[in-house]
Amino acid sequence: MIVRISGEGQYRLPDTDADRLNELDNRAVAAVEVGDETGFGDLWAQMLALVEADGEAIGDDELVPSDVILPPRDSSFAEAAAEFTGEGLIPD
Amino acid sequence: MAGLGGRMSTVVKAKISKLLDRAEDPAETLDYGYQKQVELLQNVKKGIADVTTSKKRLQMQSQKIEQSVVKLDTQARQALSQGREDLARAALERKTVAQTELQSLDTQIEQLASQQEQLTANEKKLRAKIEAFRTKKEVIKAQYSAAEAQVKISEAANGVGEEMADLGLAIQRAEDKTEEMRARAGAVEELEAAGTFDDLSQLGEGQDDIDRELAQLGAGAQVDDELAAMKAELGSGGSDSPQIGDGGESK
Repeated sequence: MIVRISGEGQYRLPDTDADRLNELDNRAVAAVEVGDETGFGDLWAQMLALVEADGEAIGDDELVPSDVILPPRDSSFAEAAAEFTGEGLIPD
Repeated sequence: MAGLGGRMSTVVKAKISKLLDRAEDPAETLDYGYQKQVELLQNVKKGIADVTTSKKRLQMQSQKIEQSVVKLDTQARQALSQGREDLARAALERKTVAQTELQSLDTQIEQLASQQEQLTANEKKLRAKIEAFRTKKEVIKAQYSAAEAQVKISEAANGVGEEMADLGLAIQRAEDKTEEMRARAGAVEELEAAGTFDDLSQLGEGQDDIDRELAQLGAGAQVDDELAAMKAELGSGGSDSPQIGDGGESK
């Protein structure tokens, strides 16, 4: 699975991480729905941490589209929240 | 992983597939795609240069506000030594607002500088990807049948397209941010200009909207402290300095 952190770059993650990422994504959407900024911030940090921990940076000579694109790290809550609606970043 | 994908990648894919539809011959598609990428890279470079220019302009604005702070402080002192505590207070209120704005502006300029570094690093990455596409298109032309090539082309073109779209987005965000910062810095500069501090006497007559706003901003406590410190300083400067602002009940 290829994941991009917007503004930074792409990472290759084991497919086994997809479920974990999807779960965090769904919980992030739920947090946005109830306006829980702290909860959302925590979940989003977990998503970024997962990508960084398990992900292997894609080389400059490799040309692949991403399966998931995470919003820029420095997004405001409002900006990021706009992405985490409906099915979230990852359609279920 | 079918079905996964962010909103932006969908947009990019739509654009790219339109691009790919333009030519039926894979070789032609590849050459056209590469040519387009090189063209778009120029836009990216220009975008990054614009961010750099905006940053420099903000640094200059920051310096101007810094000068305003010094000027307002001097004017407060002058007003106080002439027995005009009201004017001194107005000048100090403006100074406080300008100082606060200056601090936030300087922090944001620092952030912008690191964003700019990231943009430059990503531009380098994009250039490497376009170069990789150039190599890859020759391999695809030589090794694959038309049907197979279409899949490979699509993947490679989408890969570059996404990189480009993402960098474009980052540049846009940086530009929006500088725009916002410039507007705020401009408002502070206007404050100083609208304050007519070149002519202290004009401030005495009636408060304008800016004055009221400033007073509400509650520079209050800090202004009181500075005013007191200034008075003490002026007071100790010479024994014949007049006492200011005590209402003169002892005289």
